[in-house]
Amino acid sequence: MSQARNSLTRTALVHLALASYAIISIFPVFLTLINSMKDRNAIFRNPMQLPTPATFDLVGYTTVLGQGDFTTYFQNSFIVTVASIALVLLFGAMAAFALSEYRFRGNTLMGLYLAIGIMIPIRLGTVAILQGMVATGLVNTLTALVLVYTAQGIPLAVFILSEFMRTVSDDLKNAGRIDGLSEYSIFFRLVLPLVRPAMATVAVFTMIPIWNDLWFPLILAPSEATKTVTLGSQIFIGQFVTNWNAVLAALSLAILPVLILYFIFSRQLIRGITSGAVK
Amino acid sequence: MSDIPSSHAAAEPIKRPTRWHIGIFLLPAFIVYSAVMILPLIETLRLSLFNTVDGQSTFVGLGNFKVLFGDERWAADFWNALKNNFVFFVIHMLVQNPIGVALAAMLSLPKLRFASFYRTAIFLPTLLSFVIVGFIWKLILSPIWGVSPYLMDLVGLKSLFSPWLGKPGSALIAVSLISVWQYVGIPMMLIYAALLNIPEEVVEAAECDGVTGWSQFFKIKLPLILPAIGIISILTFVGNFNAFDLVYTVQGALAGPDKSTDILGTLLYRTFFGFQLQLGDRSMGATIATVMFLIILAGVSLYLFAIQRRMRRYQF
Repeated sequence: MSQARNSLTRTALVHLALASYAIISIFPVFLTLINSMKDRNAIFRNPMQLPTPATFDLVGYTTVLGQGDFTTYFQNSFIVTVASIALVLLFGAMAAFALSEYRFRGNTLMGLYLAIGIMIPIRLGTVAILQGMVATGLVNTLTALVLVYTAQGIPLAVFILSEFMRTVSDDLKNAGRIDGLSEYSIFFRLVLPLVRPAMATVAVFTMIPIWNDLWFPLILAPSEATKTVTLGSQIFIGQFVTNWNAVLAALSLAILPVLILYFIFSRQLIRGITSGAVK
Repeated sequence: MSDIPSSHAAAEPIKRPTRWHIGIFLLPAFIVYSAVMILPLIETLRLSLFNTVDGQSTFVGLGNFKVLFGDERWAADFWNALKNNFVFFVIHMLVQNPIGVALAAMLSLPKLRFASFYRTAIFLPTLLSFVIVGFIWKLILSPIWGVSPYLMDLVGLKSLFSPWLGKPGSALIAVSLISVWQYVGIPMMLIYAALLNIPEEVVEAAECDGVTGWSQFFKIKLPLILPAIGIISILTFVGNFNAFDLVYTVQGALAGPDKSTDILGTLLYRTFFGFQLQLGDRSMGATIATVMFLIILAGVSLYLFAIQRRMRRYQF
């Protein structure tokens, strides 16, 4: 009996601890979202209060959407992220297939070479990357960002995908070979569809740092036409630092896409972490 | 890496048709990765040995490093940034990782309700960009808005409030804790995964022997998740010594107040690009990047050769 009560107290304590930490985690986001929909006075007077009909005001959003070029920024971020992920997945999967499927001289060496990038951040090469981009005329283009993010994403993609490709059954591939499929068809038509869950995991892991990156947009593509959301909101918030409605609305707008993407991919993400990351 | 494999296939003792497809599968990844990541990295390391003398790029050997470590003007900034970076890292190791382990240990309790809600909520900040995180916390901690004083008043601690981000003594700790707040989800998830991977027989055997609760965690589970803790430590190390964005968004490129939050990333940015009155300096930028590279390389090597090897025996 006392043991049952003991474990009940323990469960309650665990819930208390987890719930408190969960509140600490989401409170700032919650605070931003509710205040972005209030009028200026209410933001200052009652920051903790939910918007009421009397204090509800979307002036921040109209300012941001009217003055900031947020749609362009969103579009840029979207293009860069989607293009980079597509290239990372395609090139990464091809390389992973070569490394996991064929035995050839230099296989291990190539694997190690491609793995260096998991631990050494690409940012350390910035000085020469910028030089190269200037030399090839790619500064202030989205292509520059796509190239950098593709290079950045490939090591982890190869690493995760080659682990998964090793689990694809050899019988299946050999059956394909006997039926006269070329190596390319075996890769694109047999193997790729089978590793789709792993591809989704890689996509999510690749996406978050690209969407949120500030460093490379700041350095490689700071022009008005190529700004990403992260860089755009950084500059926008800096300019409007006294217009709290606009600042909070800009913050909320920048949070929303991540929230949406997260809810689309969260199952995949959690499955990816819990199955593959720690082995 | 000149050995594009397909060219070798023909030379192998068993005569086989040249397997061009291997090269074709590897080539795109190899080219992009080499051209945009590895070559620039090498070129940056090389640039650190050059400097502009009389308008000409000249080989100066380790001259730039001598300036960085020894010249009064540079050395003060560099050692300050390095010291701050260590503090930044130590706070992550002491706060973020233990909290992450504790949260994961609680989350992995069997039959815990709402576990996926807690997990989602705690992981959420990790997905936000630094721009958002930086500004939200700047607003919350700002004395102008009054959210923090108000909240502290609720628990009777209002007198302890001060503008932490604005004081040289506390700014670095405040920024580090914001970063901890954002990233605690990563150690939590990795440890959570490691805990779920512990075979049930091990836990059951422990229970049969009467090892439960705290002592079960410390004596059975903790040793088994040490490899995961090792991975987290090295990820934290690489991430921290490469950090830039959060300090930049919270405290600006000057990493104020009075450079008290300056870390290697912000120093690299200011040096390379210049800021306000400071002119950008490519060679010194490359030199700082090289030092960062060496620090990260040392950390990674230490982990791979000294720590991970020893941990192998714990894995199942």
